[in-house]
Amino acid sequence: MMTMSEFRSLFHNGLIKQNTGLVQLLGLCPLLAISNNVVNALSLGLATTMVMAASSGAVSSVRHFVPNEIRIPVFVLIIAALVTVIDLAMNAFVHPLYLVLGIFIPLITTNCIVLARADAFAAKNHPLHSVIDAISMGLGLTLVLIVLGAIRELAGKGTLLSGIDMVFGQAAKGWVLHILPHYQGFLLAILPPGAFIALGLLIAANNWNKARAVQRVRAAVPMAA
Amino acid sequence: MSMTAAARNAFRAGTVLLLFALVGTAMLAFTHDRTEPVITRSQQAEKLALINQVLPASSYDNDLLASRQDLPPDDLLGTRQPSALWIARRGGQATAVVLEAVAPDGYAGDIALLIGIDIDGKVIGVRVTAHHETPGLGDYIDRAKSAWIDQFSGKSLTDPESKRWKVAKDGGTFDARAGATITPRAVVKAVKSALDYFARHRAAFAAPPAAKEKKA
Repeated sequence: MMTMSEFRSLFHNGLIKQNTGLVQLLGLCPLLAISNNVVNALSLGLATTMVMAASSGAVSSVRHFVPNEIRIPVFVLIIAALVTVIDLAMNAFVHPLYLVLGIFIPLITTNCIVLARADAFAAKNHPLHSVIDAISMGLGLTLVLIVLGAIRELAGKGTLLSGIDMVFGQAAKGWVLHILPHYQGFLLAILPPGAFIALGLLIAANNWNKARAVQRVRAAVPMAA
Repeated sequence: MSMTAAARNAFRAGTVLLLFALVGTAMLAFTHDRTEPVITRSQQAEKLALINQVLPASSYDNDLLASRQDLPPDDLLGTRQPSALWIARRGGQATAVVLEAVAPDGYAGDIALLIGIDIDGKVIGVRVTAHHETPGLGDYIDRAKSAWIDQFSGKSLTDPESKRWKVAKDGGTFDARAGATITPRAVVKAVKSALDYFARHRAAFAAPPAAKEKKA
C-alpha cells in the first residue's frame, strides 16, 4: 500500500523540503505568537499536528463524494467541526492538558496550514498517505517552533523548559534548565520583534545551507550546466 | 420539465453541502451533549480552586458558588461590566466576601483581580486573574511568578493608613521592583478602592442571605 521510499519522501518533504515555517512560510501568526518559550512551542506544535492528522484523514476519506466546486467550503466545514469536537473532548476528558493547549486549539482552525494540506494533498491522495503527510508537516512545524522557542527563551531569560510544570504538574518544577545563571534577561527576544528577528535568522540559515548544497553539486560537476 | 446541466450540478453541489452540514451539526450536537456536564463541573471546580486561593476553604460552610451576586459596574471596582461577588458564610453568618475588581490603569491595560476580604474589612488574599503586563518586568504581580501579591494579606483601610496605601517609591508601604512601578501602583490603588467599595456596602453583604439564595 505504501512503500518505504514513499514514506520517506513524505517525511523529507514535511520536515525539510516544504517545511511550513521555513520554506512555505504558512501559519506564521501562531508561529510567531507562541514561540516565546520551548514548552509553549512544543505544545502548540503537537496540538497542530494532531488537528492536521485528523482533518487530513477525514478530508481524504470523503474526497470522492465532494464535487470540485464546493470542496473548499466542505473542507472548512469538516476542519471546523473536527476541531470543535477535539476542543470539547479535550476540555471534558483531559482537562489539565486542555488548560495548557486550550487557547491554541480554536486558533489552529484559522491556521492556513491545515486547509492548505487538506486541499493540496489530502483531496488528491489516499487517507493513509494524507495522514502521514499531515503528521510530517506538523512535525516540521513543531521542529521550527521548538528551535525558535529555544532561541528566544535562552536569549530572553537564560532558561529552557520554563513553565513545564503547567504541562506535567508541580513535580516538573525542577526540570527547568537554568543555562545562563544570574542572567539579567533580554526582553526583546521574548517580545514579538524577537520572534520576527529569530525567524528571519532561521530562514536565512536554511537558505544559506541550501545555497551551499547547490554550490557543492555544481563544484562536483563543473561543466554540467 | 428538464433541468439544464448547470442547474443539475448546482443542485447536486448544494445537496452535498447540505449533507455535510447536517453530519457536522449532528457530530457537534452529540459531542456537546456528552461533554457539557463534565465541562461545567470542571469549570466550577476551577473557579472554586481560584476562589480558595484568596479565601481558605475552611472559613465557610455555605455553597459558595451559589452565593454569587452580580455587582453593577462601579468606579471603585474599576469595572465597566457587571462583576461577580461571592459571600462566604459560616453558620449563616457572613464571614468574608470574594469579589472581582479591575485595575484599569496597568502598563498594558486592565489587570483583573480577585480579592478576598474578611467581614472586618481585612484583606485575606489577592490574585491577578488576567493581565497583559510586560513579561519579565511587570508580570511579577502574578502569584505564579513571584510572591509580591502576598503583601496585601492582613492589610485594611486603617492598616496602613490611607496616605501610606501606595508603593514605596511614592512614600507608601508596598514595595515594588525598580523599572516597573506603573503595574504595582495600579494594583495597590485597585485593592484600596475595592476595600473602600467593601466598606461602603458592608452592611448589605453582612445581612442574612436573601430568600432567593436560601432556596437555591
